[in-house]
Amino acid sequence: MAGLTGRMSTVVKAKVSKLLDRAEDPAETLDYSYQKQVEQLQNVKKGIADVVTAKKRLQMQESSLQQSVVKLDTQARQAVAAGQEDLARAALERKNVAQTELQSLDTQVTELEDQQQKLTDSEQKLRAKIEAFRTKKEVIKAQYSAAEAQVRISEAATGVGEQMADVGLAMQRAVDKTENMRARADAVQELEAAGTFDDLTALGPGEDDIDKQLKQLSSQPAVDDELAKMKGEIGAGGAPAAGQIPSQSQTPAEGKQT
Amino acid sequence: MIVRISGEDQYELADADAARLNELENAVVAVVDSGGEDGFDEAYGALIEFVRSQGKPIAEDELEASDHILPPPDLTFAEAGAEFTGEGLIPD
Repeated sequence: MAGLTGRMSTVVKAKVSKLLDRAEDPAETLDYSYQKQVEQLQNVKKGIADVVTAKKRLQMQESSLQQSVVKLDTQARQAVAAGQEDLARAALERKNVAQTELQSLDTQVTELEDQQQKLTDSEQKLRAKIEAFRTKKEVIKAQYSAAEAQVRISEAATGVGEQMADVGLAMQRAVDKTENMRARADAVQELEAAGTFDDLTALGPGEDDIDKQLKQLSSQPAVDDELAKMKGEIGAGGAPAAGQIPSQSQTPAEGKQT
Repeated sequence: MIVRISGEDQYELADADAARLNELENAVVAVVDSGGEDGFDEAYGALIEFVRSQGKPIAEDELEASDHILPPPDLTFAEAGAEFTGEGLIPD
């Protein structure tokens, strides 16, 4: 069979025979194979632990972003009520970014959960195969001559070796996905470190860079809509009291080079 | 014959199913070779589904080597085209 299946089979068989070729006599093959299998099982356990850690980290970021969304929403309402439209708009822009990040984190947590489940299943299967190999190994030792044993060992080890190669593949896919999500988590952390989701009332005039970036990140119409809605709800239709808030356009970061 | 779906299980299929399996696989390869992603998920899904529905799962404590190994069910178009050509997806 050519194509995908052929390629997969060839690659897996090459891995398995590489494993078996390392040992010469039956006893050595048995010990070596079994030792490799147990090692691989440890690696799978470690892989699962890594996925769980990555997932917890994303979940912590989720809850901190959720708090930011609530806080920024409250601040936007307060600003609207006080007639400070610029401040309300800035808060809503930040809220918008936080919500977008939240959605993306949510998708990734679900994906990691999926990976965790798959790896746990793989681990159980590999464990069952290794246990079967251990039993068979004792039978082979007791019942067969050296020549016969070599053949039987090859058969048994090929079966378990294939499972090992396959679990290795599942592991690598999970690690790749986890790496991508780690990068994403780092990006969110950078936003947090930059004060993106900080208390707006604590902002001084020097923070204009963040505001500029936020404007690029957040979708302006969504912010406009939400601001209009908020104004309608609160009923504070009055003009913003001029001079009360430092307007972004009037206070470029003087002397600040980036 | 024994067919493994990578990341899942091994299945025992009747030898008579080989022709149909080959057909379904050729359909996937044709999509990949065409370079367009359209129809890839459907073609690959049909291949996986055929094995799942026609095959009998092999017990976890059996030590059988597979006659054929299919890539994982969540294989992407890009992986089908690139990574399975080398040793990319299977670590040493």
